[in-house]
Amino acid sequence: MATPIKFYQTGTFTVGNRLLAPEQRSLQASTERSNSLNSGHRACQGCGEALGARYAVDAAMRATDGKLIAANATGCLEVFSTPYPETSWQLPWIHSLFGNAAAVGTGIAAALKVKGKHDVRVIAQGGDGGTTDIGFGCLSGMFERNDDVLYICYDNEAYMNTGVQRSSATPGAARTATTMAVGPNPGATFGQGKNVPLIAMAHEIPYVATATVADLRDLEAKVEKAMSVRGARYLHVLVPCPLGWGAASHDTIRLARLARETGIFPVFEAENGEVTAVTKIRSRVPVQDYLKPQKRFAHLFSGAGDAATIAKIQADADRNIRRFKLLDEEIAA
Amino acid sequence: MLKQIEGSHAVAESVALCRPEVICAYPISPQTHIVEGLGELVKDGTLSPCEFINVESEFAAMSVAIGSSAAGARTYTATASQGLLFMAEAVFNASGLGLPIVMTVANRAIGAPINIWNDHSDSMSQRDCGWLQLFAETNQEALDLHIQAFKLGEELSMPVMVCMDGFILTHAYERVDMPSQADVDAFLPAYEPRQVLDPTDPVSIGAMVGPEAFMEVRYLAHAKQTMALERIPQIAHEFAERFGRNSGGLVRSYRCEDAETIVVALGSVLGTIKDTVDDLRLGGMKIGVLGIQSFRPFPLAAVRAVLQGAKRVVVLEKSFSVGIGGVVSTDVRMAMSGLNLHGYTVIAGLGGRAITKTSLARTFAQAEAGTLEPLTFLDLDWRIVNRQLEREAAMRRSGPIAENLLRDVGAVASKVH
Repeated sequence: MATPIKFYQTGTFTVGNRLLAPEQRSLQASTERSNSLNSGHRACQGCGEALGARYAVDAAMRATDGKLIAANATGCLEVFSTPYPETSWQLPWIHSLFGNAAAVGTGIAAALKVKGKHDVRVIAQGGDGGTTDIGFGCLSGMFERNDDVLYICYDNEAYMNTGVQRSSATPGAARTATTMAVGPNPGATFGQGKNVPLIAMAHEIPYVATATVADLRDLEAKVEKAMSVRGARYLHVLVPCPLGWGAASHDTIRLARLARETGIFPVFEAENGEVTAVTKIRSRVPVQDYLKPQKRFAHLFSGAGDAATIAKIQADADRNIRRFKLLDEEIAA
Repeated sequence: MLKQIEGSHAVAESVALCRPEVICAYPISPQTHIVEGLGELVKDGTLSPCEFINVESEFAAMSVAIGSSAAGARTYTATASQGLLFMAEAVFNASGLGLPIVMTVANRAIGAPINIWNDHSDSMSQRDCGWLQLFAETNQEALDLHIQAFKLGEELSMPVMVCMDGFILTHAYERVDMPSQADVDAFLPAYEPRQVLDPTDPVSIGAMVGPEAFMEVRYLAHAKQTMALERIPQIAHEFAERFGRNSGGLVRSYRCEDAETIVVALGSVLGTIKDTVDDLRLGGMKIGVLGIQSFRPFPLAAVRAVLQGAKRVVVLEKSFSVGIGGVVSTDVRMAMSGLNLHGYTVIAGLGGRAITKTSLARTFAQAEAGTLEPLTFLDLDWRIVNRQLEREAAMRRSGPIAENLLRDVGAVASKVH
């Protein structure tokens, strides 16, 4: 049933991997990996979500010895992977609705428990709209019951599948189709939106982590760690969207890295409601470096520029750096 | 075994006999006693193995049910009224995915104005959702229909709604004959899904389907319901052979053989109508009643077969399509197509308004005399309706009118004539 991996599908880290000890190598460098999200799907060039999902699901497959079932919310990931009668998924996979992936995951986990299939595990996944907005009730319910599901949110900060509309994960000032770059305060309103990783932590579930597609080994390791734990787990992955962000498709990884290196997107792990690890900023950069390559922020740089708004975004990044201690002390000093 | 118990608990015990493996529970009146009863059976270990999940909404209840059913577990939930509407998106999804979930709908009105009492607005609002919809006349039939529903749904790979009148049945203490576990086990084989989420045989369920095949997918759902038209009476027959009583089936007629007037209805009101028919028969009126047990699939041929000898048909329904009238009537009229029959729609019992023998007898007599309006609202209080219409004619204003009407009635309790 599973399609064999071709050598060119083993990723660009192949050469570098050879210098690492086998256990440190990316799973994607192995022709033995599961290839859960097979080639031939219809994601855009440079899609961060397709990349993140492939790494995350393959890592979960390895962690469970291939005994994995996935529930998927409606969205890009669902649409580009399963145009009837084709499917890219090489694992048992179900799409039900936009707002219920977490609950469907709960149902699958309950069925497996009652059937005594304790070795088969469940992930549920969706975009930021399906997670932080329409699927939030089901997500919170799954968390508070501590159902044995790993929920993975691929966050590209807007409703990309419907044509780039604002979600509660859209950052302030970002232009979307519903937060237009017009008027005295162009783009998304500041002070709105929600931080779902922190909300997940407030449920005191066993494991919460954030990751980006800039550090795919970190993503794999977090999935592996998540699968070593039972109960409700949450992984929030920043996945740049070339189409929605107005960025070059070859800049997906670079933008994800800049989101981390500016402090805009803190990368951390939390267990039972407490932060246990953070990925330190290696080379701090100002937020302009992250904002400028993205057309969704172009209005901040046109004409005389909008220094006040950029300063606001910088202040938010600085707050993340303080809050999550993203800088080593000597660098901070 | 004979028992004198509440309808909800009778259903809970009957569902437990069907050995459900996952039950999703969310409270809403008048359904709640059913899942409470089941929860207790799971908690004390009587019903095992079974996962009883307290979900955060009806939308989650049906979504969890979708996941567990797709993963191969026999799955049950119950709801009513606003809850059914809140889960509507997932209700359609469950049937689209062909998952044989069984759900009790304890029929209740839909607001605004909020109203917890019985009518059929909730399940009728989901008429086109692709689920099989069976209506119980009595508590005995309600518990029997659940056992049949699992068998029917799993054979066809379609979800089944068992509709029972809220409060009138769910909260009534009546004598029921509870089947033995051995008999239910012999009648209802273990759930063996056609397609299941299984790592040893991975499938993708719920792919996107475009215009090239969507019509065919929808037609095939209809084809399955057409198959159900054959299986429902067969299963009712098999049930009668094992359990010794008639429950379910497509339709049930009472004193229709020589009837000139036939009343069509669903649910518990059939009992009141039968009593009324008996009284009217004593007075010489040729009247009978046709109960519809299977509303989806709608048994056009069976309904037509009973109606074709009559002169007039009165559809008495606890549902109302604002702007046209009857919901059930529309389907009955399709069954009457080409027959030379007078058709009447009587909307009755909305929001728990009592349906009395006196009012029914008067209405049926009017139908026989040809003086009944084609669309009649049983025991509508024209005084307060007209008073409000006058007020609105005098001063236009937006907003709710319920408060005005309650003031006119001078009471806040449900009104019984």
